Amino acid sequence: MNRFIGFLKKEFYHIFRDKRSLVILFGMPVAQVLLFGFVITNEIKNVKIAILDNSKDYITKELTDKLISTDYFILDKNLKSANEIEGIFKAGHVKEVIIFESNFAKNLEKESKANMQIITDATDPNTANLLVNYTSAIVMDYVNSINNNYKLPLQINTETRMFYNPELASVFMFVPGIMAMILMLISAIMTSITITREKETGTMEILLVSPLKPAQIIIGKVTPYVILSFVNAVIIILLGMFVFKMPVQGNIALLLFENVLFILLALSLGILISTMRNDQQSAMMISMFALLLPTILLSGFIFPIENMPWILQLFAQLMPPKWFIIIIKNIMLKGTSFAFVWKETLILAGFTVFFLALSIKKFKVRLE
Amino acid sequence: MNKSVIVNNLSKKYGETKAIENINFEVNNSEIFGLIGPDGAGKSTIIRILTSLILADSGKCTLNGLDVVKDYKKIRKIIGYMPGRFSLYQDLTVEENLKFFATVFGTSIEENYDLIKDIYHQIESFKKRRAGKLSGGMKQKLALSCALIHKPEILVLDEPTTGVDAVSRKEFWDMLKKLKEKDITIIVSTPYMDEASLCDRVALIQKGNIMQINTPEKIINNFTKELLSIKSKNIYKLLKDLRKYPEYRSAFPFGQNIHFTSNETIADIENIKNFLINNGHQNIDIKAIKANIEDCFMELMT
Repeated sequence: MNRFIGFLKKEFYHIFRDKRSLVILFGMPVAQVLLFGFVITNEIKNVKIAILDNSKDYITKELTDKLISTDYFILDKNLKSANEIEGIFKAGHVKEVIIFESNFAKNLEKESKANMQIITDATDPNTANLLVNYTSAIVMDYVNSINNNYKLPLQINTETRMFYNPELASVFMFVPGIMAMILMLISAIMTSITITREKETGTMEILLVSPLKPAQIIIGKVTPYVILSFVNAVIIILLGMFVFKMPVQGNIALLLFENVLFILLALSLGILISTMRNDQQSAMMISMFALLLPTILLSGFIFPIENMPWILQLFAQLMPPKWFIIIIKNIMLKGTSFAFVWKETLILAGFTVFFLALSIKKFKVRLE
Repeated sequence: MNKSVIVNNLSKKYGETKAIENINFEVNNSEIFGLIGPDGAGKSTIIRILTSLILADSGKCTLNGLDVVKDYKKIRKIIGYMPGRFSLYQDLTVEENLKFFATVFGTSIEENYDLIKDIYHQIESFKKRRAGKLSGGMKQKLALSCALIHKPEILVLDEPTTGVDAVSRKEFWDMLKKLKEKDITIIVSTPYMDEASLCDRVALIQKGNIMQINTPEKIINNFTKELLSIKSKNIYKLLKDLRKYPEYRSAFPFGQNIHFTSNETIADIENIKNFLINNGHQNIDIKAIKANIEDCFMELMT
């Protein structure tokens, strides 16, 4: 135990004496969170929707058919009551719910006017916005086509509601993404660099020729970064909450727990990289290309996974940040409990165990 | 006498390049054993195999009865190792470095202060200074202190005096002598031939092979040729001309002189002088001298 504490002490000396890295370590998250405030347009394809039809007449049937006959929407479920809406959104794959008022066709015939409601999951605000526009356009198109048969112009009012993110603030979408990116960056790159630095300066040679066990070396190297990354995660959450007024609907403890899990995952990736490389520079390059870019591009952080070619969609499933972002969005924006994210959590845990086992196996007790 | 280190038929290749081939030697208890040879001779390879850092392709090697492959964990507890280049934490102070290595080995500075006292004493006034800001000689003293802090049975030093000034080098060897008296077996590699005479026994290594193992005195005594130190104004031309001398056997530059041996049993100094005068040399000075280790090394290579 003494050995371990001695090792930790040494690591903290390294970290706190390298002032420049320290500034990057804590300055970067703040800068990134503040910088990412842009809206990026998305396209829509095969989005799952649910329909709550309170009328069940020929018009609502035709409208439904028209909606789901396009490439944009797939009918996932016919709902029976409004109580189901919340649940189906929390389950995650349905992005839009359409509600027809009762006596829809009758109202349309008698009063030339009927109401329908479009509710979207706006945790992803760009997609939500687009969904509403697409749906409205299809409804208008339908109205025009049947107007020819009536003397009076008919009207269907679409009322829209953006669930979870009523103001469509796109920063809500970016904060979880940035969190994933920063944690990945700091945890993986920093650990891979700190371990390869020991190899580069030759100190690893002395550490190897000492009674320290590989696990002791690895845990000693990684623990400081768990703490630092955790501090960073908290900073990002606080920035999201107080600067961007991002809600944290769910359990804070659960949110922090998921963060720690993701940090451990990223650290294990960093260790894995460092066991394969011998110099800081190549370790950094690999961390950048193998971790940072996929985190940004394939995690659904900026570009919706649904619109990618199937092969990239497949890849995206292998990207740990993807699952982390889903979890964070669910907890922060929807306030879901662990029961709704246990699957994603399990996937993250699985990744972590896999990478750790692989790196302990690959850690060399000798120089070659 | 007890054998501390037994090396048996070690061979190691890096790809197609042979680093060392059939290396055999034994080191006695509390003796200073030198691995002497130029850069690339294979000294570091041998040392890294001894310290269990790399695996030999073939051969066997034991330290105090422990096998370097099988018992590497135990070996790492009983050896002190000082790698070729300065391998301490530059951003940690002298004291922090020493403390760190003490805790890593499960001991404390106080516990073994006795052993490192003489060495550490010389740098103790700089103990708050970062290791990266020390001079070469001080770095080396710190590295030695760190390698000794856990009271190793065998101390392995890879080129400890490379890049260190002459005074520090001398001090360093004095320290090794003292450590030897404390029953520590020392294996040290060096490219400096003049340091060979400071070892109890040396192995002369060239191109991955051991050419000779003996005490420095015996190696010098084995040099039976008459050795001449020759000097003239133009040393480059002198070397070229001497190699044209009919009875030429060997000639190597050695500082401002050329060390020369001829095929004759007793070299004819007058004849050589005339030969050089005929070749237009001026200020010729020829002396018979006693061979040193470097001469023996060169001799073994010819």
